[in-house]
Amino acid sequence: MLVSIKWLKDYVNTQDLPPAELGEKITRAGIEVDAVIDRSDGLSNIVVGYVESCEKHPEADKLSICQVNVGEETTQIICGAPNIAAGQNVIVARPGARLPGGMKIKKAKLRGEESNGMICSLQELGIEGKLVPKAYAEGIYVLPENAEVGSDVITNFDLDDTVLELGLTPNRADAMSMLGVAYEVGAILEEEVKLPEITYTEAEDTASSMLTLNIDSPEANPLYVAKVVRGIEVKESPMWLQQRLMAAGVRPHNNVVDVTNYVLMEYGQPLHAFDYDLLETGNITVRHAKKDELITTLDGNERKLSLNNLVITNGEKPVALAGVMGGANSEVSKNTKTVVIESAYFESGSIRQTSKEHNLRSDASSRYEKGVDPNRVIPAAERAAQLLSELAGGEVLAGSVIFDKLQREEKVVHVSPDFINSRLGMKIRFDDMLDILNRLQFKTEAMNNQLMISVPTRRQDIQIEEDIVEEIARLYGYDEIPSTLPETATTPGGLSPYQQKRRIVRNYMEGAGLLQATTYSLTSEKSATQFAMKQTELTRLLMPMSEERSTLRQSILPHLLESVSYNTARRTDSVALYETGSVFLKGHDELLNEEEHLAAAITGLWLDNSWQGEKKAVDFFVLKGIVEGLAAKLDIELEFERGEMDGLHPGRTAFITLDGRRIGIIGQLHPNEQKARDLKTTIVMELNLAELFKEQTEPLVYTQVPRYPSITRDVALVLSKIVEAGTIEKLIRSAGGKLLKDVRVFDLYEGDNLEAGKKSVAFSLTYFDPEKTLTDEEVTAVHDKVVGALKESGAELRS
Amino acid sequence: MEAQLNELKTQALDKIAAASNVKELNAVRVAYLGKKGPITDLLKGMGKLPAEERPKMGALVNVVREEVTARLEERMAILEEQAINEKLQSETIDITLPGRPVKSGNAHPLTRVIEEIEDLFISMGYEIEEGPEVEKDYYNFEALNLPKGHPARDMQDSFYISEDILLRTHTSPVQARTMEAKGGEPIKIICPGKVYRRDNDDATHSHQFTQIEGLVIGEDIRMSDLKGTLSVFAKKMFGEDREIRLRPSFFPFTEPSVEMDISCFKCGGEGCNVCKKTGWIEILGAGMVHPNVLEMAGYDSKRLTGFAFGMGPERIAMLKYGIEDIRHFYTNDVRFLSQFQRTEV
Repeated sequence: MLVSIKWLKDYVNTQDLPPAELGEKITRAGIEVDAVIDRSDGLSNIVVGYVESCEKHPEADKLSICQVNVGEETTQIICGAPNIAAGQNVIVARPGARLPGGMKIKKAKLRGEESNGMICSLQELGIEGKLVPKAYAEGIYVLPENAEVGSDVITNFDLDDTVLELGLTPNRADAMSMLGVAYEVGAILEEEVKLPEITYTEAEDTASSMLTLNIDSPEANPLYVAKVVRGIEVKESPMWLQQRLMAAGVRPHNNVVDVTNYVLMEYGQPLHAFDYDLLETGNITVRHAKKDELITTLDGNERKLSLNNLVITNGEKPVALAGVMGGANSEVSKNTKTVVIESAYFESGSIRQTSKEHNLRSDASSRYEKGVDPNRVIPAAERAAQLLSELAGGEVLAGSVIFDKLQREEKVVHVSPDFINSRLGMKIRFDDMLDILNRLQFKTEAMNNQLMISVPTRRQDIQIEEDIVEEIARLYGYDEIPSTLPETATTPGGLSPYQQKRRIVRNYMEGAGLLQATTYSLTSEKSATQFAMKQTELTRLLMPMSEERSTLRQSILPHLLESVSYNTARRTDSVALYETGSVFLKGHDELLNEEEHLAAAITGLWLDNSWQGEKKAVDFFVLKGIVEGLAAKLDIELEFERGEMDGLHPGRTAFITLDGRRIGIIGQLHPNEQKARDLKTTIVMELNLAELFKEQTEPLVYTQVPRYPSITRDVALVLSKIVEAGTIEKLIRSAGGKLLKDVRVFDLYEGDNLEAGKKSVAFSLTYFDPEKTLTDEEVTAVHDKVVGALKESGAELRS
Repeated sequence: MEAQLNELKTQALDKIAAASNVKELNAVRVAYLGKKGPITDLLKGMGKLPAEERPKMGALVNVVREEVTARLEERMAILEEQAINEKLQSETIDITLPGRPVKSGNAHPLTRVIEEIEDLFISMGYEIEEGPEVEKDYYNFEALNLPKGHPARDMQDSFYISEDILLRTHTSPVQARTMEAKGGEPIKIICPGKVYRRDNDDATHSHQFTQIEGLVIGEDIRMSDLKGTLSVFAKKMFGEDREIRLRPSFFPFTEPSVEMDISCFKCGGEGCNVCKKTGWIEILGAGMVHPNVLEMAGYDSKRLTGFAFGMGPERIAMLKYGIEDIRHFYTNDVRFLSQFQRTEV
């Protein structure tokens, strides 16, 4: 909502506060002033000029040489506008004048001809192009004939004004009108509100002698008022009206349309003007549209209607989409002689639905959607009739054609002063509360320590006691509220075990050298299931904004890999990222099964200490080591089981299992996948954290530090390449029994000295007895058992 | 023999003095004091001496041997020290060379902000509650006093999956769920999480972002308690000398509703580019829980009251760290992420 302060002063004394200060007071009281716009900002030395003569520039087709009377002299100005003509009053920026954007006007020569100033368009005075009347949109603006030559344009045409731009929240629909803002400012400044005085002379003929009215949908349209004004002359509105509309962000058209818009801005009540003769039938019937009925609205679009749409008809065909936009077939034009002014109350839900269905928003629909003041419907019609008789030379027919089934009692709210103070934690005096309610012009009765407050119908947002609490508090001042802390029982607070484990994982991953990334949950259909361990039906948005963000992810990895590629494309060759977040799987009920996952991706060098000759590229085992460390941290036993997945290297991929359940995947990207993503060797993993966190960790009890030494024996084996070290390790462990404390691979050799298809793996076995020092014989006995078992399995001992 | 002995002594002492390193000196030791050395030979040869000369000679040999030994030890100490010094000299390193890098990652700046806020409220006795990101229309809107067709639903255009299921547009549904679960009991929670809105991504908008909401319900919770709580938050988060101010606002789920500004932490309130010359920075929205919201979750709004507040970690991080573009949080440029390594304590 744009509020011209000059206009506002018609209704309320603004105490001549500087605009910024007034804006601040309004903001602090509850309606945020987003901007304070000085309409004359950067303008100076701009006067009314009379074009005495206008001739084509001999050297330039598009330029005219004008002799312009600027009051103190007649001077030559070159003008490039197509609509310049002798006999016009125009806006002249004199040499030395300033225009918005810091432009300074100087004497100049244009193609050899002297030019002493500039004839201006409204755009050049800083008015937005879309607000300039169509007739002047492509050229200069022509002032009225009676404009005083040489006078100051800025003051004479109300450009010395400041506009407050209000950022309205949906509850404050009352402030979508100048009167509504006047009530708010009146309450803040403790000033009375002055309503427009409506007087005009009526004709002897009555409106109902020319127009009949049928309301077929009283629920959606409980009040309809029509005024008939005849003998009007459709023309340009006077300057003051045009300027006020432009200040309010409305483009002037002609006096009839401008009056309806002016009253809309003034009262917040949408009006519509029909050309009476184009209605043809002398009847207005309001009903719901028939299925597939057609109407061409004022914006030139033909619209196919549905049963939900309320339409104004002439008894036969639609002439307007009720509360949203008029129809082209009854539009007011230069030839219009008689108009019907409609002021109606349409139910907000109906308008909202129609507006949404046709994706059509107008100044009218946005007000109806939020609810207009039922008590302003009739005054607004009267106000329009008055202005039309004043500005369009019209004769207002007596009375109105009216249908009125609208309830409009004031809401009464009961509230006690104690309630107000206890909710606020304050001690506001009763008299101060009454004073604030009076300023708001809420009628108040006090009875038995209880306030009975009648809320004016313009404030439909006030329904319950708490609303009154807010009204009192905002005008009393939120700065006056003290700062206290809740006096409730002290609670311990803290993270749940799940949340603690999440932080442990985060800290661990970062300690291990990975940066935490955050990617989007929405992705393309194509990548939604890539790398997903459990693929379910896709979950698509009903109305995605783009295909790239149309579907919920079932794996974190695709986006995480995009982030890796983003970095390598910017020459960060070594990247190590991890992310924790939800993946979205179809579940049993209507909500999705949201699983929290941990994903990681590493590429480039893992260790780069090149001056000491240490350089290690990422490989499968770097990331596997990180997963193993995480398992140790969380005290769970994870196993790795050879596996395959699209997009991963078939020989370098494993499922991560917990108690036999697959809860994760780890692997190297398939060369084709790497190429597609423009990546070098990249290792990825993804784990279901929720599964990981399910395991209840045991209380930590210390194990005695060994008092007896342990003994280590090594064994080197020649194995077929297909035999996995893990299998051998299991065999060793089961043969070693309880004295075997640890088994570690300490060497792997695959090379020339071995038979083809063979590899050599060396294990280091640690024996230990917590009860005593093991003797060589005891160790040998167990170790021989292990070696025996190995031999039996077909392993060849290497000496 | 005595002369022979003295001759030997002189020779040995000369050689000891001449030895320039430990090895040479050890050779001297072996040559003169070793089992095959001349002094040992002399002692062996004493058997040929008359018996009465033997003690005298024996004593003499011992004196010589002790003296030679003593001088040798002396020299040895010097040479050993010299050897160590030479070794140390040769082992000198260029200590300005870089150390072996310790690989270390760090949290995303949003996590950093969220955890800081979580910890602050945990210290005030709050618990952390979370909820689904794909949510029922009921919890996202209806239970929060936003029935179907409510004009305020326009404030947050949503991503629907079906007529009744959508990506949550705020973390407030977690409040509604918690209230329903607690069945009328007092509540003190913080709810962080991801939320989604139909916005085109640009420098100030993101279709996915994060929120943190707080909710306190109990007997006699007042608006002054909200102000006090937010004041503590502002001071801990943005500095002890921060002041707060409340401005009336509107949210369907609170009444009264406010927005909270803090005095600008850059200029202290004088006006600068961070606060757009106003001296104040808008940080969060808050209010007293609307009685409809309480009643819908089964609370007696006459007996229990509450306050709620909600803020955007992106906005807080942008203000705190001077980040100019919200897209940085979701691009994951390592050159951006790794800047949040160090502590600020």
